[in-house]
Amino acid sequence: MTVVIDVQGLHKEYGTTVAVDDVSFSVQEGEIFGILGPNGAGKTTTVECVEGLRVPDRGSVSVLGLDPRRDRAELTQVLGVQLQDSQMPERLKVAEALDLYSSFYRSPADWRALMEQLGLADKATTPFKKLSGGQKQRLSIALALVGNPRVAVLDELTTGLDPQARRDTWELIEGVRDRGVTIVLVSHFMEEAERLCDRVALIDSGRVAVIDSPAALAERAVSEQRIQFRPTASFDDALLASLPEVTSVIHRGDVVVVTGNADALNAVISVLARNQIVARQLRVDQGSLEDAFLELTGRGARNGSAHGDGQGKDELR
Amino acid sequence: MTVSTQAHPAATAGPGARRSALAQLTRVEFRLFLRERVGPVWGVGFPILLLVVFGSIPSFKKVLDGSGGLTVLDSYIPVLVVMSLALLGFVSLPLTLVNYRERGILRRLETTPAGRVRVLGAQLIVNFGMAVVTLAVLLIVARLAYDVPFPGQFGAWVITALFASAVVLAMGLFVASIGSTARAAAAIGNVLFYPMMFFSGLWLPIPAMPETLQHVAHAFPLGAAWESFQQAALGSWPPALALGTMAAWAVAFAVIAGRFFRWE
Repeated sequence: MTVVIDVQGLHKEYGTTVAVDDVSFSVQEGEIFGILGPNGAGKTTTVECVEGLRVPDRGSVSVLGLDPRRDRAELTQVLGVQLQDSQMPERLKVAEALDLYSSFYRSPADWRALMEQLGLADKATTPFKKLSGGQKQRLSIALALVGNPRVAVLDELTTGLDPQARRDTWELIEGVRDRGVTIVLVSHFMEEAERLCDRVALIDSGRVAVIDSPAALAERAVSEQRIQFRPTASFDDALLASLPEVTSVIHRGDVVVVTGNADALNAVISVLARNQIVARQLRVDQGSLEDAFLELTGRGARNGSAHGDGQGKDELR
Repeated sequence: MTVSTQAHPAATAGPGARRSALAQLTRVEFRLFLRERVGPVWGVGFPILLLVVFGSIPSFKKVLDGSGGLTVLDSYIPVLVVMSLALLGFVSLPLTLVNYRERGILRRLETTPAGRVRVLGAQLIVNFGMAVVTLAVLLIVARLAYDVPFPGQFGAWVITALFASAVVLAMGLFVASIGSTARAAAAIGNVLFYPMMFFSGLWLPIPAMPETLQHVAHAFPLGAAWESFQQAALGSWPPALALGTMAAWAVAFAVIAGRFFRWE
């Protein structure tokens, strides 16, 4: 695996505000690397240094061996960028924008195919200002990919998209990765990171809190398992409460909620089986990336939490 | 050594791709300019409307005393020419650029290989192109409808138009670089426009001004432009001082703009 992006000791201040304190990470070729963190953690400033839009106060950034500032002309040929809230001229039409941007690159992608893939073909002659939020977002993704980049930096990829469009976009991004493009994804949306990212860096207050795969991070955050089921026969709570793996047993109507450590599920099921009780509608809530996020950053993923409900729940029939 | 004769494919594709990028940018910006309507209406339509209004006033057909046969309307043509350039230069150009900056379009372009020179170049080409069209229409309408003769020294007139375009476009870049919002840029553009137009004789012809005011007018970029257009219209070469004044202002504004222009 070759390192495609290497960031070491990045530091950036705006006036007296420290936007990025000390950030280091490296992105391998062909992976989808997520940069997660609360608002104002320094995610966008970090990727802006990678894109060459900002000059770091300290530290080094290298993209495909290029210096984002010094080797600007070469970098822009190989790095596709989606900015957080970039717009187009109001009266510029979708096809014109794609045609125009493709003319900037040495070996551009087929913009008509891209327009098709992103579901914008029927909007080809629609001016930018008449597009919906989701369509603008899809155009922005298409423009990031129109230069056939080797690396794509996507900031807030699916913000403003409806669930269907979001899933379509994820599929598209996976397809792009399968073609060998390395992707850096800035997000505060946990489901997106869990679904797409090979590895994520959690950034908090301008520092990297941790870098790992989403699954490993979620596992790390697990301190408790929550097991919920409808027993086929009633039983005494003590039956389960006495187990060393179990910390609490609660009855809610005919639903039983048991919390315990990582081994609690096995212990509970075998005790129930021994007593000829079947756990119906069994559901286990495990740790999620969001739990890891909250634990590691010590605060809420303010905007992410609204979408994050129901994540990491393994439905076991 | 055969290696040196082999061109790198990327290297050969590069310049070609870039040339077409500028052409493509210019073409798109030109279409947008027409779609926006502000530029065509103000920069092109308004001076021609004024020409029609002035041309319809009977007293404007009177021959001016001691002018060698010039009518009042004849003497106003250079003023209208200067005004159309000024409208394109410090209203249309900076408004587009500031709007692009405010909406993150310049920033987005910064992340592509388009390059700053091509991005600004396309804007300058579009506005200059519109200036050429406006000036041509002004001269032709004035000639056909109101019997205003074509400039006596046409070459000098064209050279003056180039110098004057350079100065107004440089001023437009200056407005775009110090005005951080569209509102501020519009205000700065207006603040520049009125005194500049005063000193090019829009309200009071320069020859009718008191002598000190005439000197001030000649030192102003658009006053110098008016003088050059006037001389060229009368069939003589404009004074080098007037061209030099325009060139100096153009360089000064371009340098300040180059220093302070922000891309976000």
